[in-house]
Amino acid sequence: MRKVFGAFVVKEIKHILRDVQTLIILIGMPIVLVILFGFAVKNEVNDAKIAIIDMAKDDLSLELTHQLSASNYFILSELPGSTNQIENIFRKGDAKMAIVFEPDFANKFYKDKKASMQLIADASDPNTANILLNYAQAIIRNFQNEKNKNAHVPYLINMETKMLYNPTLKSVVYFVPGIMTIILMLISAMMTSITIAKEKEKGTMEILLASPLNPSLIVIGKVAPYIILALFNAATIIALGIWIFDMPLVGSFGLLTGEILLFILASLSLGVFISTISQTQQVAMMISLMGLLLPSILLSGFIFPLESMPKVLQAIANIIPAKWFIQILRGIMVKGVGIDFLWKQTIVLAGMTLFFIAVSIKKFKIRLE
Amino acid sequence: MDKPVIYSNDLTKNFGSFCAVNKICFEIKKGEIFGFLGANGAGKTTGIKMLTGLLTPSSGEARVAGFDVFTESEKIKKNIGYMSQKFSLYNDLTVNENIRFYAGVYGLSKKEIKIKKKELIAKLGLEDVQDTLAKELPLGWKQKLAFSIAIIHQPKVVFLDEPTGGVDPITRRQFWEMIFDASAAGITVLVTTHYMDEAEYCDRISIMVDGKIVALGTPKELKNQYNEEDMNSIFVKLARG
Repeated sequence: MRKVFGAFVVKEIKHILRDVQTLIILIGMPIVLVILFGFAVKNEVNDAKIAIIDMAKDDLSLELTHQLSASNYFILSELPGSTNQIENIFRKGDAKMAIVFEPDFANKFYKDKKASMQLIADASDPNTANILLNYAQAIIRNFQNEKNKNAHVPYLINMETKMLYNPTLKSVVYFVPGIMTIILMLISAMMTSITIAKEKEKGTMEILLASPLNPSLIVIGKVAPYIILALFNAATIIALGIWIFDMPLVGSFGLLTGEILLFILASLSLGVFISTISQTQQVAMMISLMGLLLPSILLSGFIFPLESMPKVLQAIANIIPAKWFIQILRGIMVKGVGIDFLWKQTIVLAGMTLFFIAVSIKKFKIRLE
Repeated sequence: MDKPVIYSNDLTKNFGSFCAVNKICFEIKKGEIFGFLGANGAGKTTGIKMLTGLLTPSSGEARVAGFDVFTESEKIKKNIGYMSQKFSLYNDLTVNENIRFYAGVYGLSKKEIKIKKKELIAKLGLEDVQDTLAKELPLGWKQKLAFSIAIIHQPKVVFLDEPTGGVDPITRRQFWEMIFDASAAGITVLVTTHYMDEAEYCDRISIMVDGKIVALGTPKELKNQYNEEDMNSIFVKLARG
């Protein structure tokens, strides 16, 4: 039986190698994506134009303004007097955010221990607005903490955790795990569902099922080469991320490899499941794209932060394997945590894998009925 | 007398409330060429799928090559060849690779595969195209090759589901020569078709209408029974009810 299995895998590898166009796309896409995200699509903001409306003009407000301008993130421009011009400058695009100090800022801070300021961002570009707000808040909190220290008042630690692990706000930390997830999903789930559906469409599956080959051997033989392809792509993405974009790899390499394998298995089981419910390659591709890739991109936290989504979408995100895998990747690569922090995500992925394998086996049998 | 190679008694398949195959009964002897005739949707393919172990029957009993279709489908699969109405070679593999792959699937050893492959290519005259991708062969060649591959492991029975669809009359005739050869070599052939001239080539035929066998016998017997000159008229008579 092992010999037959070998012959099967060889045949499958030939299918892959002879479809040169697809192969080039499969190998080239991760490289193109990493480079594209790395150089073109940036989440970080440098030299953003900020308007300052200082109605206090005291030592404290000036000091804080200096700190903001020293950060390199912002280019400040002083705006005289009142707040009613803010909309105007936003419309003209002269600034992305306005920072307003209330009158008597220093006095209120020192005496009432409670001064307030306003951060107004142009949210027509919500991503940038969010980032700018985060930057400014971080700087202001720092400033506030320093003042607190001098005044012997207990610390106010209320930092964004993302900033903690990604102090320079490098976007590579976000896109490398995301791209890896999408590519692995594409190869392991979409390509396998298509290749199995192809055998059904062409009628060769019937011949194979009427042969002495065990059906599970047929499926394993078909997906095995894709594990190698997926691993190769994962290695490419990590290598590019580390060497070209200084992606950190703080955690254990062994654990990382193990988790990648687990995710490949989860995706393969999804791919096999999709192939059991689709009769043609086209259907398999549509289900993979719409039902799998799209939610994986939108609801995994790859591009859009889950925290800012409605509760319903956050709940739906829980059934998307990509969400858990991205958490695992960020955990291992950026935070350097081990399995003791990632066991929950790992169990979820393993559970999903087993579930889809079980459902596929059942579906496969029903189909043969 | 020999035990029948294929034996079916009241074999039935229901899909929900739809009865695709309704209590079909027949026995097929070793080396016999048995034709399954019927209009599209009459239940021919479902019948074949039950006998090859691809579908579990709803009720009735059937044995293929001595094995029960309900409990011993794995053993059946080792003893049969199958060619479906869809073209069953891999387009992106060469002639050689297709032969090697299917021979391997049926458990032939490397040595056997080598010998068989040589034999087969010489017989079909494919020496010049053995390293050509299957998709570049004309349909007639592909079908002859697919048939040869279906019997490469010398099965007891070969099932052919509309093997000659879309092929020109000369190639069809050549294809049937191959079926006669296989039958002479002791392989039992069960073939479905809706070409009535092909029905004449069969030793015995059964005509299916709406899942039931409405007529069964040698072509000559049927012509006498229905008092018709050719199979076509009999078929039209029966199918119209």
